[in-house]
Amino acid sequence: MSNRIVRMTVNGRVHEVALPPNRTLLTALRDLGYTDVKSGCEIGECGACAVFLNGEAVNSCLVLAHQADGAEIVTNTGLGTMQTPHPIQEAFADAGAIQCGFCTPGMVISTKALIDRNPDPTEEEIREALSGNLCRCTGYGQIVEAVRLAAERLREEGGDA
Amino acid sequence: MMEIVQPKPLPDVDLPELKQIGKPLRRVDALGKAVGATVYAADFTMPNMLHAKVLRSTRPFARIAKLDASEARALTGVVCVLTGEDVKGAKLNTDLPGQTGREARAGSDAPVLALETVRYVGEPIALVAAETFELAEQALELIEIEYEDLAGVFDPEEALKPGAPILFDPDNVVSRYTIRKGDLEAGMAEADEIVERTFKMPFVEHAYLEPDGGVAWVDEQGVINIRVCTQVIEHFRSIARALGVPQNRIRVRGTMVGGGFGSKEDITVEIFLAFLARETGRPVKLVYTREEQFASTAKRHPFTITHRTGVKKDGRITASQITMTADSGAYPYLTPYVLLYATGMAAGPYKIDNIHVDSVAAATNQTFTSAFRGFGGPQAALGYEQQMDEIAKALGLDPLDVRRANYMLIGDTTCTGQEVKSAVWSEECATRALYSLGERAPSTDRVKIGRGFANTFQSYGRITWFHDTSRAWVGVEQDGTVVLRCGVPDIGAGQSNSICQITAEILGVPLDRVTIYATDSAVTPLAGTSTATRQLYMSGNAVTLAANAVRDRLVKRAAEHLSVSEDEIVLENSRASVAGDGSRFIELKDLVHLCAAEGIELSHLAQFNAPFTDGLDPETGQGDIWPDFTFGAVAVEVGVDTETGQIEILKCAACHDVGRAINPAAVRGQIAGGTHQGLGYALMEEFVLENGFIKTPSLAEYLVPTAVDFPTTEVVILESGTGVGPFGAKGIGEPALTPAAPAVANAVADALGVRIAELPLSPKRILEVLGKA
Repeated sequence: MSNRIVRMTVNGRVHEVALPPNRTLLTALRDLGYTDVKSGCEIGECGACAVFLNGEAVNSCLVLAHQADGAEIVTNTGLGTMQTPHPIQEAFADAGAIQCGFCTPGMVISTKALIDRNPDPTEEEIREALSGNLCRCTGYGQIVEAVRLAAERLREEGGDA
Repeated sequence: MMEIVQPKPLPDVDLPELKQIGKPLRRVDALGKAVGATVYAADFTMPNMLHAKVLRSTRPFARIAKLDASEARALTGVVCVLTGEDVKGAKLNTDLPGQTGREARAGSDAPVLALETVRYVGEPIALVAAETFELAEQALELIEIEYEDLAGVFDPEEALKPGAPILFDPDNVVSRYTIRKGDLEAGMAEADEIVERTFKMPFVEHAYLEPDGGVAWVDEQGVINIRVCTQVIEHFRSIARALGVPQNRIRVRGTMVGGGFGSKEDITVEIFLAFLARETGRPVKLVYTREEQFASTAKRHPFTITHRTGVKKDGRITASQITMTADSGAYPYLTPYVLLYATGMAAGPYKIDNIHVDSVAAATNQTFTSAFRGFGGPQAALGYEQQMDEIAKALGLDPLDVRRANYMLIGDTTCTGQEVKSAVWSEECATRALYSLGERAPSTDRVKIGRGFANTFQSYGRITWFHDTSRAWVGVEQDGTVVLRCGVPDIGAGQSNSICQITAEILGVPLDRVTIYATDSAVTPLAGTSTATRQLYMSGNAVTLAANAVRDRLVKRAAEHLSVSEDEIVLENSRASVAGDGSRFIELKDLVHLCAAEGIELSHLAQFNAPFTDGLDPETGQGDIWPDFTFGAVAVEVGVDTETGQIEILKCAACHDVGRAINPAAVRGQIAGGTHQGLGYALMEEFVLENGFIKTPSLAEYLVPTAVDFPTTEVVILESGTGVGPFGAKGIGEPALTPAAPAVANAVADALGVRIAELPLSPKRILEVLGKA
């Protein structure tokens, strides 16, 4: 049960921290100040804590921090900022897809994971891709529209999501 | 039934075209939330901060025989343990004297920590503050507790019977109301037929994504600061009373709230944090786990509602007798008000001259119930709207025709005798929701298609004998930007954005030139609660008063400067110009300089007061309760799989008259989101207790709708312009939810030809009624 040094790159910053074996990646990230990673249930049911772990979207509450040793992690804030928002973040704001906003960071991560592999998703594909992210405010309709809008803008830009 | 329904033509409404109001602008809070820059309550940390945990009852009803925290206190790193003895007498007061007539039962308000008895699983017993979160968890396990179980009561009907276990002397009655209007006997005698049905609804969890949490500390003035996600920063007063400190020594600094839906109207973590911060003199953080959310925060009230309705052959209602029984859970919290709300809404948006309503709420050894979006209105609607369809069925009439025969119109009165003074567009809403469904899908042998709708109304604004007020401050900076200070908590529904958009409209500046400071009980003008669908109405009107006062001064000075009369001045695009002559103008920042040089005040604090009324007549329940009402309807088409019992929502449409949509995108979000919650209420959500023990303790057992469960709701927004909010707006936050569940229940009954009188309409219940279980 001893602490171990875990080395992680988060949004481009390198961290080396001593962490106990039972510490989740969610808690480790939040303790490092990445509070855009939200804690909603801690059992993988709500998706609010989603991040990219070596390019793959995961619920960080289901990953132990020790498993992330050597990993590259990107959180929602790693995608864009107030000054330079990511097109997906911008689309969520424009489409009225954000109410309380607590699910949004996880939604944006799941959306990016979808558009990365499928630049022109159907409504059904969007809903399926977001089915692990709970939203209690919007009823999902405007979120689906935000994903469509983001995909469309990204296709027009011709760049990577 | 009702294959092609044409929308009822709308009366002529002449709404002026405005610059910012009525535009689907990007909400002021949207980008910060999108990029993860918004900081929520659980995101704050402070130097030297302690971590807190709550010890909770594992028994539904028991005497605490032994509570020994000595081992926990002795653990290195544990700084403080508080038990009921340490906070003796501190209560979570929910009654405001004279407002519900239940002062006599004030003694049954929940204690901050249980003292001798626990009354539900999850009731707080002790608080721990420790150097680390892990130590706090460890300390909880070291607290020794022994219970002597008591025989509990787990059903409100049982709780009211003689000989039932009593939670608080003298009996389990938490609240009771009576309405007597007209002549019930005569009305029943006049009827061709009498239809009697009973409907039941379950406990429901709010399940907002953000768990309750916060941080508290004592500052250099000795003020206890509490940063918390709450719908009610004014709880500083109750917290002060519980701690025995002056009210100006508690400061609640609200945050952006990650969903509330009524449950963050109750005091939760903030009172624990206040006690611990005072006791330790150090910052303390407490965030609930999801399991604590289920076990220790409010639920929607289960109701049993019986309608006995006298009707003529053409569908006209001659008399209505309604009884309601609600489950209060272990403590009153807001039950007396929720029951009052359900009682006042019992008859629905219909004109019924002869009506009796008798309602009662009883205490049981279960999770307490309190506010949840709609505040008893959705339960009332599940009564009256299912009953309307049952009446139609009994008479062999179209459900829309039965409602047409009974719709309340402007100038008619509710069951408490309150006159409705704004537009009543019930039929306009229902026909549009139905029309939006389009062609009906055909049934197959296996999948039965059904359609249903519901017409509902909800108030907006608090109960008028609460004498509600709100304040806002508007000021213009020297560069022409605008600052808005208003204590409004933003719970995600666009509370901040609406008042920013109103301010921008009135002062003629782009929305991004307005900055809002909100939700701080010490430094932002108190705006009241973000509950009761009241913020757009109350704070929207306060902001309108404040912004107009500033506008008047700007216009006066601009008129002098441009040598025209004041009514020729237009404020637009951050300049004051002469109407019809855009070449004659002064930039707002230059106008501000002129004013500043002459000492003209460029800020204003305004207060808006709702109508103040007295309470209801205690014998007849007659009197005014609310400022005004929002009317709406939802229509759905469902497919019921008779093999699996699964219900699929095929189409869903919602239509509400919102008076005036300040931001149509935000209004659409409210309606779609509220509808979605209502669909979940109808089909899947139930917080299950068995003998007081929780069977749905987490999001793995308690299912809320995901992105794949329901289709996008088609939203139709109507604008009568007749609301009492700014620019003729009505409120929509709560009204959005109410019609969805009864619409689904009616559609399923239509599909099956038989009604399941209890929610949720689970596959198990469907198969049971089909004889396939």
